[in-house]
Amino acid sequence: MNKKLTEKLSSGHATCQGCGIPAIVRHVLAATDEPVIIANATGCLEVTTTIYPYTSWKVPYIHSVFGNAAATAAGIDAAQKALMKSGKIDKPAKIVCFGGDGGTYDIGLQALSGALERGHDFLYVCYDNEGYMNTGGQRSGATPFGANTETAPAGETSFGKAQQRKDLMEIVNAHGIKYLAQSNVAYIHDLKKKAKKALETKGPSFLLVLQPCTQLWKFPVSDYVAVGKLATETNFWPLYEIEDGKYTINNVVKNPKPIEEFLKTQGRFKHLFGEKNKERIVEIQKTVDANAEKLARKAQIS
Amino acid sequence: MNNKTIKNKSNIKALNGGYAMAEALRQIKPDVMAVYPITPQTTIIETFAKMKADGLVETEIIQTESEHSAMSATIGACAAGARAVTASSSQGLLHMAETLPVVSGLGLPVLMCVSSRALSAPLNIHGEHGDVMAVRDFGWVQIFGEQAQDAYDNTIIALKLTEMAGVPVMPIMDGFHTSHTTERVEVLDDEIVTSFVGQRQAENALTDQKNPITIGTLALQSTYFEFKVDQAVAMQKVKTFYKKICVEYAKISGRKHGLLEAYKLKDADHVIVMMGATAGTVKDTVDTLRAQGKKVGLLKINLFRPFPYKEVGEELAHAKNIAVLDRAMAFGSFPPLFQDILTSMQSAGSKKHDIASYIYGIGGRDTMQSHILKVFKDLENGEISKNIKYLQ
Repeated sequence: MNKKLTEKLSSGHATCQGCGIPAIVRHVLAATDEPVIIANATGCLEVTTTIYPYTSWKVPYIHSVFGNAAATAAGIDAAQKALMKSGKIDKPAKIVCFGGDGGTYDIGLQALSGALERGHDFLYVCYDNEGYMNTGGQRSGATPFGANTETAPAGETSFGKAQQRKDLMEIVNAHGIKYLAQSNVAYIHDLKKKAKKALETKGPSFLLVLQPCTQLWKFPVSDYVAVGKLATETNFWPLYEIEDGKYTINNVVKNPKPIEEFLKTQGRFKHLFGEKNKERIVEIQKTVDANAEKLARKAQIS
Repeated sequence: MNNKTIKNKSNIKALNGGYAMAEALRQIKPDVMAVYPITPQTTIIETFAKMKADGLVETEIIQTESEHSAMSATIGACAAGARAVTASSSQGLLHMAETLPVVSGLGLPVLMCVSSRALSAPLNIHGEHGDVMAVRDFGWVQIFGEQAQDAYDNTIIALKLTEMAGVPVMPIMDGFHTSHTTERVEVLDDEIVTSFVGQRQAENALTDQKNPITIGTLALQSTYFEFKVDQAVAMQKVKTFYKKICVEYAKISGRKHGLLEAYKLKDADHVIVMMGATAGTVKDTVDTLRAQGKKVGLLKINLFRPFPYKEVGEELAHAKNIAVLDRAMAFGSFPPLFQDILTSMQSAGSKKHDIASYIYGIGGRDTMQSHILKVFKDLENGEISKNIKYLQ
């Protein structure tokens, strides 16, 4: 493995086979040579990298609770400012938060909002695996419509999650921060570029990175890149960034593949292919198309 | 508390408890203070914010969007090596509840000023100890005060204690009765306080890039238990640190603080045990009854966590009848202080006492001398109820 990539998160960790989280963390952190401090929400990344008496982290790292990564970062930011003033440190480190979608869309949203509004100098990275995967695959605000999860299961009278996912990018964007971007672990070059920009931003910045979960999206462990690519090729997960309010689609998909191509790769959507749920796939396609169009308009206008 | 003015070393001011705590915070110069408003704590943070606005402190203030984030930011700041403080009350304290055991579990020296208040429902913003009792076993040191002077003194003592013991500390005052009552407060000179508390010497800080540390690990069945036993040991050491700091503090202030305050207790047959602001009313009542030749006294607990079982047992060894006054409800059990007093007497091997449980001042209800007279009368008459009595 590239030595630079394991300088901050070492190769010894306990993530599942075929998990993209370490790749996200490593590529984000490799995008800067400046010192960093990590604040991590409870979740897959935290439990697989900090099992006492071991740690996979070679940089300063703190985990506190599930919903407070951004608030913890706020405290570190204020501490660095104070310690700079009193001459106890020479240079502030860049604070980088990592949280899953549960810790970001749901339980940590308020703390994130507060920290963004106050303008702390930090990067928040949400690795979005579209559910509470560390606890065995329950529905979150990021879970897509129609997915089968443990707390919104498909059954005789249910087709899985009956609501649309939250548009977290727009929620974050509403805080008027300088840089935010949506990326995908299957597009490492895109992620690297965005990480660099985000880390160079003074004040808060945000990355939303799709992280296909082999365990609970239910696909073979060798396929996370393939599944991730399909998410973007079908326009389910467009790659875009918002700089000073200006939208740019980084990977315009000219002929998007039908959404079935993405859905059929995963066990969590298997029930949609039965006779009685077919309409749901049509519905999902309509939503994907409408969202893509909306995004294209925003990119045009700005 | 024994007031003794040392000339030229203190300034006498008229302050309420909230202002007194803010004044102490100004003098201990926190690096970071995370704030979120809640009655009756807000006087502390808004006074401090004004001090900052007027250039009297350099503290980085974080105006958080909730108490959960206030304590979370305090954790981040403290772990980064800063002297970090916050303040709270009631619903706010419980909103933080998830993060409080994190602070103590990580051994972070955090100071949180608390103005204690009732818990919803129904909504009530007034003083009592229901909030701090709900979090009493979260690994935080709890120091109760009676007057605005205690609010000031205990804040300084608490800061030194937390940084010495590596255990978080909450100095507690009764909401409104202490936090909003203006009293005579002797304030020490800034330099005296600054030199008394010194500077925080942080170990294992997140800002130490040369020695990167992982804070907040996952500890499984094979290690978690040891962490918790270590934490219990650290808590046990607090009593010694606290006593030592109180001795040092008496030297600079002339005011004696300690685990307990015994008021006319030495030869008392009938004793009330309690904590906080209402001790003043009990002292007055004791004086009234003493004037009538009655052998009554008060034992006021200052350090509630860790609880001074041994010292309490010794102080109460001679008493005949004891009434424990709790300012917190207990549902389906006896209230907390009563249980601790019972344990103290049992540990002391005492079997001769009759101990009664009373609950007073809930939701800010006034506790009058007449209530306290009634309690002493019960003790004198040997009317020791097996059930909790409410001083409504």
